[in-house]
Amino acid sequence: MNRWLLWLPLALFSLFFGAVAIGLMMPKDNIIESKMVGKPMPTFALPAAIEQRPALSSADLAKGKPTLLNIFASWCVPCIAEAPQLLALQKAGVEINAIASRDTPEDIAIFLNRWGNPYSRIGTDTTSKVQLELGSSGVPETFVIDGNGIIVHQHIGDIRQEDIAKLIEILKEAG
Amino acid sequence: MKRFLSLLLLCLAVPVVAQTGLPPAPYADRQLDDPRQEAAARDLMEELRCLKCQSQSIADSNAPMAGDMRSQVRERIAAGETPEAVRSWLIERYGNWVSYDPPIASAVTWPLWIAPIILLLAALWLARGRFRKSKGDE
Repeated sequence: MNRWLLWLPLALFSLFFGAVAIGLMMPKDNIIESKMVGKPMPTFALPAAIEQRPALSSADLAKGKPTLLNIFASWCVPCIAEAPQLLALQKAGVEINAIASRDTPEDIAIFLNRWGNPYSRIGTDTTSKVQLELGSSGVPETFVIDGNGIIVHQHIGDIRQEDIAKLIEILKEAG
Repeated sequence: MKRFLSLLLLCLAVPVVAQTGLPPAPYADRQLDDPRQEAAARDLMEELRCLKCQSQSIADSNAPMAGDMRSQVRERIAAGETPEAVRSWLIERYGNWVSYDPPIASAVTWPLWIAPIILLLAALWLARGRFRKSKGDE
């Protein structure tokens, strides 16, 4: 037997050991991106989440102007963190519609009174049905939709201060 | 008395920070009336990955979103969709990632199927070397 072949089991073991060690030590980063980006918005019609804002259907998201679709919930802490950024985007003239995920009208009203309401329309998705249609796996998530109702971008997690410029740019490109 | 009172109060406590205040979707934890459909839905649920707790199937997970997915699976199967149609509906949205039954002919997943065969062949090859040597020693 070749002498170097003797080392093969050790080399294989090291490879295996290394792979396991890397897998154990790397922080878990399993963000699941939606495969719906680039595709038209699935057809849906959600009832209004609160009295003060109209209901949301997919037809509202294809009116010739690019819009943001924000998925939020009153029970979601990062949604509070992104509230000021959404208000800033609304001030900049961006139309933001929302889907409230697994929420009650009372809790949504309290949440919006407390942290601001940047939304034009809010649909309530009590069984995550539309969220599953969108390929979204959590809250908060924000989709950029062009004027023809095509999903052009998905932002996973809360919108930070530094994300605003990029989102506005994507909206401009979509328009 | 104080202790008793505090115990009593503890019993009345409700979680302040619950993940979501809503009851689960209609078919999240309710079986379908038709046992054949329920069995088909069940088999599929065990092969679908939970989006929240990613090492569990939606059949195993207690996450609200897994419940919503179970409900969707049951509702779709009750409406007459085949399990494979429901699976592809989810794959279309979340990618192959969502299914525990990865396709053989995909750029990313083919090594999963090929690797065991290669390892088995390598083991046979190694074992063959062993047997031959022991024969030579005799």
